[in-house]
Amino acid sequence: MTTSVGSRLRPPQGPITNTLTTGQLPKFIELYVIAGALLIVGGVMALMSAFSVGGWVFLSVVLYLVALGVLSSLAENRRRATDRIVRSLVFIAFLLAVAPLVSTLVTVTVKGIGQLNWAFISTTGGSVFDPDTLAVTVSHGALQAVVGTLEITGIAAVMSVPIGILTAIYLVEYAQAGQWVARTVTFLVDVMTGIPSIVAGLFAFSLFTLIVGPKAFSGFSASVALSVLMIPIVVRSCEEMLRLVPHDLREASFALGVSRFSTITRIVLPTAIAGIITGVMIAIARVIGETAPIFMAASFTDNFNANPFSGPMQTLPVLAYTGYKFPGQDIAASNASAWGAALLLVIIVVILNIIARIIAKAFAPKGAR
Amino acid sequence: MVKARAADRIFFGLSFGSATLIIVILAAVALFLIIQAVPAIAANWKDTPSLAEGPTAGYDSFWTYVGPLVFGTLFASAIALVIGAPIAIGIALFISHYAPRRVAGVLGYLIDLLAAVPSIVFGLWGIIVIRPLLLPLSGFLNQNFGWIPLFGGQVSTVGSTILAGAVVLAVMILPIISSISREIFLQTPRLNEEAALALGATKWEMIRLAVLPYARSGVVSATLLGLGRALGETMAIALIISPSIIVSLRILTEGENSQTIAANIALNFQIADGLQRQALIGTGLMLFVISLAVNLVARFIVARTAPGASRKSGGKRRPPEGVTLPSATSALESTGRPATDTQHEGARA
Repeated sequence: MTTSVGSRLRPPQGPITNTLTTGQLPKFIELYVIAGALLIVGGVMALMSAFSVGGWVFLSVVLYLVALGVLSSLAENRRRATDRIVRSLVFIAFLLAVAPLVSTLVTVTVKGIGQLNWAFISTTGGSVFDPDTLAVTVSHGALQAVVGTLEITGIAAVMSVPIGILTAIYLVEYAQAGQWVARTVTFLVDVMTGIPSIVAGLFAFSLFTLIVGPKAFSGFSASVALSVLMIPIVVRSCEEMLRLVPHDLREASFALGVSRFSTITRIVLPTAIAGIITGVMIAIARVIGETAPIFMAASFTDNFNANPFSGPMQTLPVLAYTGYKFPGQDIAASNASAWGAALLLVIIVVILNIIARIIAKAFAPKGAR
Repeated sequence: MVKARAADRIFFGLSFGSATLIIVILAAVALFLIIQAVPAIAANWKDTPSLAEGPTAGYDSFWTYVGPLVFGTLFASAIALVIGAPIAIGIALFISHYAPRRVAGVLGYLIDLLAAVPSIVFGLWGIIVIRPLLLPLSGFLNQNFGWIPLFGGQVSTVGSTILAGAVVLAVMILPIISSISREIFLQTPRLNEEAALALGATKWEMIRLAVLPYARSGVVSATLLGLGRALGETMAIALIISPSIIVSLRILTEGENSQTIAANIALNFQIADGLQRQALIGTGLMLFVISLAVNLVARFIVARTAPGASRKSGGKRRPPEGVTLPSATSALESTGRPATDTQHEGARA
């Protein structure tokens, strides 16, 4: 700012000031300030011997924001100061979201890893009462829950994937824009995505109570509940994928005299298949962790029940829930089973997500990469 | 040729049937809930012996039973929203406008992973992490701000408060609010942003002048969709809160936590019998109606004010205004980006 005409005539004395960067704080000022804030607050709290990690981080962040604001408005101006503070706040918001994610995954892994082994997966757990000796033996195991989860989710997927894909095909390939059936269905799919999961469970229970009577708990009923939650997810993602298929392909096919059916099955679906599979995987991952609807519709049990059409069925999320909320005699063991089931569930969900990711990457249309 | 036509007709029938099946399913959900709930709603609770015991003991009618539950549901969700919405919008801004382009996609995926974590896992996590974490804060608030009704009462020593439940709820609604907001922030016309920057605006001023006005209605409806999600969340609340069916504003206490509809059903459904169960289904019907209303309002706002009504244009920058594109179909061609990210959003929206 201060370079005048005179200074340009005379050879410069001392360091040349860069006019582009004067009046600005140094480049990594945010890092310096947060380090300083952490040190100061940590020191003060240590001196007052009132140290707690939460308080330390929180007060440091407050001090950081204040200090950065003051520094910036002194050295720069108020607008810059606001800009810097907002930038920091936005970054903090992001950290606030990552922290629970990391914390959750770490907690589940730490708590569940000791529990999770082959015996846990392959034996039926629960307490067995021996009428002769009156002894209750408790065994850990999640076999009944693993089987239940796989069966219930599998049946739900078998029911909802075809319905979802066919509905999406109707919406994209057949329906004319603005037609009332299409508009109603689109609207109702929106509504369905908003159904609380527990309401889906209540619906399945009500339905099966009217059909089979008061003892209506069954794995199939839970599958129906999950389907209600899964169909809209599948419809949405498939619809999106089908709409991404270029119109040129369809028109080229029609121009060759190919029927609509063949165009859809030979041209449109193969083009969109990667995205559709990804969507289905994500939908499965989404419903496999649902607890409330399964708990309503399939109840819970310690017995091994592989028949989805009669009797209560145990599942991993429900095992995690009941292990904590309604523990057996050995509370620590019940809680441990709960964590084991939770970790197993997280691993399944992560695997499904990774598969979805790989399929999406591997089959992405070549030109679009 | 004849054969192809038959296949054509069958296939059309199948897909049309699936589409109408959706209408049937939704109608069935409402119908069966109503059929089950009506006996309990219509019953005279004082003179019905089976309603005078168990989870429904001590209420005059269905409405005095469901009233506090409705309040608790709205209250817990409101707290979750107050905590979660600003953070979610901040995340969306960070990913859309602050983070370096190359890592933005990865960061977005990271946030979406939050939505993939099963709710039961969040519930367990809340029990052993969030409850102790909030204890010092609740002690502090209770001591110094106890005169505010929110923070009054006997402070909880184990942390099974509605505050802890709401914090976990807030974490669970972060991904839905932030992914929708992010989409909309990314759709801000590029020219508007660059015009603001060219006039010398700082980044924040550019966001305030160009991005936020453009995205306001979208962010509002994203928040409402988050609210809809929070209303129906069951397990976190059922695991964390030690509830009672009362209308209480206190968020730091042990026994004075308002109960939510979903958690109340989850806790009592298995031990209830006959008519009591129908009463619980009745509360579920109320929950259905409330979340339906919230969702409809959200969709209505989107439909009325959405720029170009591009609900699913897929999160890529729209071309500058003036260049009109036929529809969402062009999202892929216009950007040439792989479809996978779009796909993701679709599953959540």
